[in-house]
Amino acid sequence: MDTGVSTRKLVTKLSLLVLVMFGFGYALVPLYNTLCTVTGLNGKTGRLSEATAAAMPKDDTRLITVEFVTNVNSGMPWRFKPLVTRIAVHPGVETAVDFEVMNTSSDAITGQAVPSLAPNEVARYFSKTECFCFTQQTLAAGETRRMPVRFIVNPKIPAHVDVLTLSYTFFRAAAQVTAATPTVKSVPNS
Amino acid sequence: MSDAAIHDEHHDHHPYGGMTRWLTTTNHKDIGTMYLVFALIMFFIGGAMAMVIRLELFQPGLQFVDPVFFNSMTTMHALVMIFGAVMPAWTGFANWLIPMMIGAPDMALPRLNNWSFWILPFAFTLLLSTLFMPGGGPAGGWTMYPPLVLQTGAAFPFLIFSIHFMGASSIAGAINIIATVFNLRAPGMTLMKLPLFVWTWIITAFLLIASMPVLAGAVTMLLTDKFFGTAFFSAAGGGDPVMFQHIFWFFGHPEVYILILPAFGIASAIIPTFARKPLFGYASMVYAAASIAFLSFIVWAHHMFTVGMPLAGELFFMYATVLIAVPTGVKVFNWVATMWQSSMTFETPMLFAIAFVVLFTIGGFSGLMLGVTPIDFQYQDTYFVVAHFHYVLVTGAIFSIMAGTYFWLPKWTGHMYDEGLGKLHFWLSTISVNVLFFPQHFLGLAGMPRRIPDYAVQFADWNMVSSIGGFVFGGSQILFLVVIVKCVRGGQKATDRVWEGAHGLEWTLPSPPPYHSFSTPPAPATIEGGMR
Repeated sequence: MDTGVSTRKLVTKLSLLVLVMFGFGYALVPLYNTLCTVTGLNGKTGRLSEATAAAMPKDDTRLITVEFVTNVNSGMPWRFKPLVTRIAVHPGVETAVDFEVMNTSSDAITGQAVPSLAPNEVARYFSKTECFCFTQQTLAAGETRRMPVRFIVNPKIPAHVDVLTLSYTFFRAAAQVTAATPTVKSVPNS
Repeated sequence: MSDAAIHDEHHDHHPYGGMTRWLTTTNHKDIGTMYLVFALIMFFIGGAMAMVIRLELFQPGLQFVDPVFFNSMTTMHALVMIFGAVMPAWTGFANWLIPMMIGAPDMALPRLNNWSFWILPFAFTLLLSTLFMPGGGPAGGWTMYPPLVLQTGAAFPFLIFSIHFMGASSIAGAINIIATVFNLRAPGMTLMKLPLFVWTWIITAFLLIASMPVLAGAVTMLLTDKFFGTAFFSAAGGGDPVMFQHIFWFFGHPEVYILILPAFGIASAIIPTFARKPLFGYASMVYAAASIAFLSFIVWAHHMFTVGMPLAGELFFMYATVLIAVPTGVKVFNWVATMWQSSMTFETPMLFAIAFVVLFTIGGFSGLMLGVTPIDFQYQDTYFVVAHFHYVLVTGAIFSIMAGTYFWLPKWTGHMYDEGLGKLHFWLSTISVNVLFFPQHFLGLAGMPRRIPDYAVQFADWNMVSSIGGFVFGGSQILFLVVIVKCVRGGQKATDRVWEGAHGLEWTLPSPPPYHSFSTPPAPATIEGGMR
């Protein structure tokens, strides 16, 4: 049967296309993340080693104001604030600032800070050499901790930009989110 | 009357009787009927939800339902209408018509065909059962944006799995249609002789195969985010909720063309019939549909202009979106040119087809407005968007489904429908649908947000007008049901050709066609004679 064979071939090809497109949906995830890191989309900032940062040329002619904003995600009983709210830096000069976070609850909680930089399109000119956002932080009940961030602004940053805003949001760590999310059983009868 | 078809009439028997026949059938006509009946039932269920929405919005304040239920009505109305009414209706048309239009004995994969239909009742049982669960049905909008959708209660896994089922059903249907058209065409039926309904369906099928699996992936990520600790869309774990919107709309934009392309095919079949002229610009119609399909994959971010994109991205998606107006304009031009200086008559299918051309174009124009980025910043998430997509989907997709139903119903049942009732249904629907949706443009321009159960008092008047239009439109669909039931049960005997100007192989078969048609392919001369 000629039609039978060619139908089988066609259906195999089409089913393969379905699988490829299912995979493509997942492939969009790393693709999107790469695109965001390269373009700074969504304010994703990069990380630099100390050595690279030290080798960066300095530009003493420009001053860029960096502002700091902090947030705590809903349901996270932490107090979180920058110790310096704004600072003027020269591009190419590594700068350190401190943040303070306090666990106001009576339980130990693990959190993770997620950074975002505005304006988004210059996020790739802003890098951190040290940041508490790289790792999960566990705070005991009532504990207060000071957390440092070291950052550097690339001298190639476009001339029209003179203010950057770095924002941090503390979330519960993913594993705890799953545990804290109401499960099917605990949904109220409404 | 074709002699190729008649010799089959004597084995017009079904191996099983009663319900078993429908459960086990592999006949494209039976399956087409089941799809169409299923779509009609879902149309009324989704319509009932729309009535709840319009009832609550009749006056400002909360009168009838609580806000969570209202939100689950808007969510479920969209899911039921898109996946339950319009898509199965198109697959039903495809099942009934494509084998008859290309001179094939049946679909290429009849068993798969049975399976693709019978998944649907299970999918919608899952989905609709959520309305009776603690916490209610999904209420975060049909677009299922996280993190909101992750707060859905017991309904959440049901929502996800019902979407998996719907996707599997439509992918299987699409594969079947491509295999049928590519391998079972009668000798002499070359690709550029295919009726446009078949062409638009092939293109739709490719869109389905390319976009549905992406949706399946996106909802699977939601599922694992909620239950298995992944963090695709959770910022806490390094994910990004905006990424869901990108993945979703990579499916979502082709999806809107999946809903509308077969409508283009139906209009291209009906208008030449009642204009008694060949379709103007057949080849350009095919190429226009193909370009629309291609463009549909590179415009998705116009649904999310306000999430924060680089200027270059906003511009790219704006230009690509507005570019779609070109092939769409070609199509509208061709329909109008077909009617130009023709001897038109205005039977119900033609009335619906003309209303489709006019009203779909209005929806297209408001789409152009939304496609312009700076303007979209004002219109995003307002009733202007609601008005836009209802013009495209109700007076576009649904009107052409009705046009197609009136057009082929005599062929399917062997009886003429009641023309008087059909015309009454048309005029009631067309007037009321405009009373229903046109004022929503004004509401949106004035700033009324979509998906809200209550609104500021300055929106009260137009909402009341819109609701009155909604009730009349909803009520007049009962007339549609009456016409169909009457026609199935009896009526004036339909001729084989049914319509004086009808062309195409399906009209060479008797009305109703025998259970097995074109067991031997039609003669090449019939193909030539049937085509215009």
